[in-house]
Amino acid sequence: MSDYKNIWVLIDIQNGQAKTLELLTGGRKLADAVSEKLVAVVIGSGTDAAVKDAVANGADQILVVDGADYADYSTEGYTYALEQLAGKYKPAALLIGATISGRDLAPRLAARLKTGLAADCTDLEIDAGTGTIQWTRPAYGGNELAVIETPGARPQLGTVRPSAFKRGEPDTARTAEIIKEDIALPAGTIRTSIIERIAEVAEGIKLEDAEVVVSGGRGVGSTENFALLKELADLMGGAVGASRAAVDAGWISHVAQVGQTGKTVSPKLYIACGISGAIQHLAGMSGSDVVIAINRDPDAPIFEVADYGIVGNIKDVLPALTEAIKKLKA
Amino acid sequence: MNILVCIKQVPDIEKIKVDSAKKVMIMDGVPNIVNQFDTYALETAVRIKDADPATKVFVVTMGPAQTKDAMKSCLSVGADRAYMVTDDVMNDSDTLATSYVLSAAAKAIEAREGVTFDLILCGKQAADGDTGHVGPQLAEYLNYPQITSASEITVDGGKVSARRPTDEGAEVVAAVLPAVVTMSQTAYEPRYASVKTKMAANRAEIPVLTAADLSLDAAGVGLAGSPSKVIKTFVPERKKGGLKIQEETGELSAQKLTALLSDAGVI
Amino acid sequence: MFFNDDHNDIRALAREFAEKELAPIANEIDQNDEVPQRIYDLMAEMGFFGLKIPEEYGGLGLDTRSYVCVMEEICKKSIAASLVMSSCNSLSTAPMLLAGTEEQKQKYIPKIASGEEFMAFGLTEPGAGSDAASMTTRAVEDGDSYILNGRKCFITGAPFAQNTVIFAKTSPEKGAKGITSFIVDMSLPGVSVGKHEDKMGLRGVATSDVVLEDVRVPKDCILGEIDRGFITAMKTLNTGRIGVSCQGIGVAQGAMDEAVPYMKERKQFGQRLADFQGLRFLMADCEARLNAARLSVYNAAYMMDMKEDATKAASMAKYFATETGLDIVSKCLQMFGGYGYVKEYPIERMYRDARVLTIFEGTSQVQQIVIAGELFGR
Repeated sequence: MSDYKNIWVLIDIQNGQAKTLELLTGGRKLADAVSEKLVAVVIGSGTDAAVKDAVANGADQILVVDGADYADYSTEGYTYALEQLAGKYKPAALLIGATISGRDLAPRLAARLKTGLAADCTDLEIDAGTGTIQWTRPAYGGNELAVIETPGARPQLGTVRPSAFKRGEPDTARTAEIIKEDIALPAGTIRTSIIERIAEVAEGIKLEDAEVVVSGGRGVGSTENFALLKELADLMGGAVGASRAAVDAGWISHVAQVGQTGKTVSPKLYIACGISGAIQHLAGMSGSDVVIAINRDPDAPIFEVADYGIVGNIKDVLPALTEAIKKLKA
Repeated sequence: MNILVCIKQVPDIEKIKVDSAKKVMIMDGVPNIVNQFDTYALETAVRIKDADPATKVFVVTMGPAQTKDAMKSCLSVGADRAYMVTDDVMNDSDTLATSYVLSAAAKAIEAREGVTFDLILCGKQAADGDTGHVGPQLAEYLNYPQITSASEITVDGGKVSARRPTDEGAEVVAAVLPAVVTMSQTAYEPRYASVKTKMAANRAEIPVLTAADLSLDAAGVGLAGSPSKVIKTFVPERKKGGLKIQEETGELSAQKLTALLSDAGVI
Repeated sequence: MFFNDDHNDIRALAREFAEKELAPIANEIDQNDEVPQRIYDLMAEMGFFGLKIPEEYGGLGLDTRSYVCVMEEICKKSIAASLVMSSCNSLSTAPMLLAGTEEQKQKYIPKIASGEEFMAFGLTEPGAGSDAASMTTRAVEDGDSYILNGRKCFITGAPFAQNTVIFAKTSPEKGAKGITSFIVDMSLPGVSVGKHEDKMGLRGVATSDVVLEDVRVPKDCILGEIDRGFITAMKTLNTGRIGVSCQGIGVAQGAMDEAVPYMKERKQFGQRLADFQGLRFLMADCEARLNAARLSVYNAAYMMDMKEDATKAASMAKYFATETGLDIVSKCLQMFGGYGYVKEYPIERMYRDARVLTIFEGTSQVQQIVIAGELFGR
């Protein structure tokens, strides 16, 4: 086990852009605690920009696997590449973003490497003596947190919510050792193929990046009423989110879903409109700095987590709120 | 074709309450149900059977004796045959050990029934652990391709294609059969049992497989076979409720809130 | 004690259906005065319409307790949604099962069990409720037919029924012993339905008059023997009483299920309603009486299943369960204070729905007559 050294972070690449750079902040904390290197792993086709971003965001070393085989994410291709890298370099731990592809990849890789895995982690600590990581993660729909360890196997694997860490200021003057690995996939490794891509990119600011999120739930009542939320979000330079109930009702795309089975957001201001506050939803927005709840039901659980609450109908309150903020800004 | 659907019986998390003083979840009186995403997986399988009556749908679960209720429930909504994998040596298995057991169970059921599974469906994650590991790990043990979080699938010409969300939007992915697909919520709701199918399920024989029946390597199951260890669990702190505004009209409430936000420097 | 594993599973199925499908729309059913067709389709698919109907006529041939389990669970969320299934299992099919020919049974019952057709029950008249002997609808023999004239009122489902069992006097001079029952095709010339009654509660299932003007009904539509219809009617009503008693315990439990959590949340004078001893005792009283009512219903159902004479037991169950149920719903509404009186909370609808239970299918007073008759002799 002592052969296994260094904290690895897998950098997600989406449309050529490096994602999950926040994980480098978490990885840095762990690496420093055990005085090991923070290594970014970049897999893709055309990775130069992502490599630069990884360096600027704090990686000591970059492992790059660049090739046409990796142009699109595939479970089997990426698992194979990481298996080869892990076999050669023996990392102590690998952090993977708890994104849709990360949560597809990590369990497959953990089974390939016969090691433990903690899913969807919100916090990380490390024992400086043993190098064992304590992965904190929600279970039971966020009702409970569990601390997971993989004391007897290496590498230690976890998927980590990007929102668990804040990205540091990138330092473009930083340098790091860049190691390119050529890993050719044996024929027939990938048994899946992408038939169609459906872009459902939400207009305007991305939900995860927005500083203000105006979210709607069952109480919004219709697609038309979501326009009221959009108006307020636009005014405040924010994005529109939704609870699962609103997505299920078909009022808004799943891309906007916040919660246990949707996105995790941590904006400066979260405005929950007609959202009762089921624990599954709270799991996706509890990191918000300030929470405002607007709900007709004075007993809705959302008020328990809200800093400010308005008891009332969103159809009355939202336009008035938009108007009042407009005046304030003028 | 033959489909195996992996089922987990979980507590109905919607009914879990938290004792905030004692900081524990109150599990008393919380009923056990079939994991919701698994019900979508089963409904998807049964819909394939509806379209092609030559299809047989099998379900399997690993768990204690009371998982029989989950199996009866699956039989009442269209599964043809249900298997339980029940053995104390499997207690405290993590997802890796669970996947190992299920992969062995899939092989054992194939041998007993004289079938081969073309498609294995799972829910994308279980409501208790929320890991989403077992589907992909089962695929790895069986050396099958995987598609996770599918909301819609079609099977045609030796392939399964599935619509799944991506971090950008959605995609349709095809996998060569046999394959493991984990199901997210589908556009259709799982069907209800009928009084008739419910009563028939009560009378169905549900075989129980043990570790011995699966010729498992003891080192791979239970606590010993689980590299992931749960060190502790706790109920997270919640912040206390803040200020509640309820003026005569929505407009007055909105104005009061705006003033408060402005004073607090939030906007 | 009263129930086996099958009963419990059937109850669980009905509960799941009621909680998922009925609870969210129960107030909508009331406001729109319509039960959505998909609810009926689901109930038919699940087998609820044919629970007690024998298997040879397309039903499940289950016992009365199975029917009680389903009715009770559905009525916790919406009595209106129980009316059609209740009818299919009793008023719609009992007359044919009791008195019909094999041909009639085969012709009508399977379609009722599958939900394709509805058969209404036409006994009550403007001037004759439980006093069936005073009915004025006439049937006069004319060749191979009977000519029917008269008016039936408060007929549940008449506007959408394909057929109605009509009770009419064939021998007016013989009073109750001169009544014959007919299966009347609602599309026959001379049959019309009156206006859809604007009811206080149980909104969602249309109730109206059935008007018969020189309706020519072929003789093969006579149900049972001439002049023997009254006995068919009375026996049918006996089986119907158990259904109404289920509505009573169902709605009462539904009201308790609304009131108890509310009382744990709602604070007045610095404490929860659930902490006021006066209210605690009041709810304890409701709980105890509801339990007694439930046992009286289960007891009557059990006697029916054991083929014992349940006339008195069913009347007592109907009387006690509906009077007690109505009172419990009223007490639960009281817990909500002013909120109990507005349509936003389900308790307001439950109260209106429950009000009819002591009236239809034999008022409480008629039940008392039956019970007293058993005590003192008629």
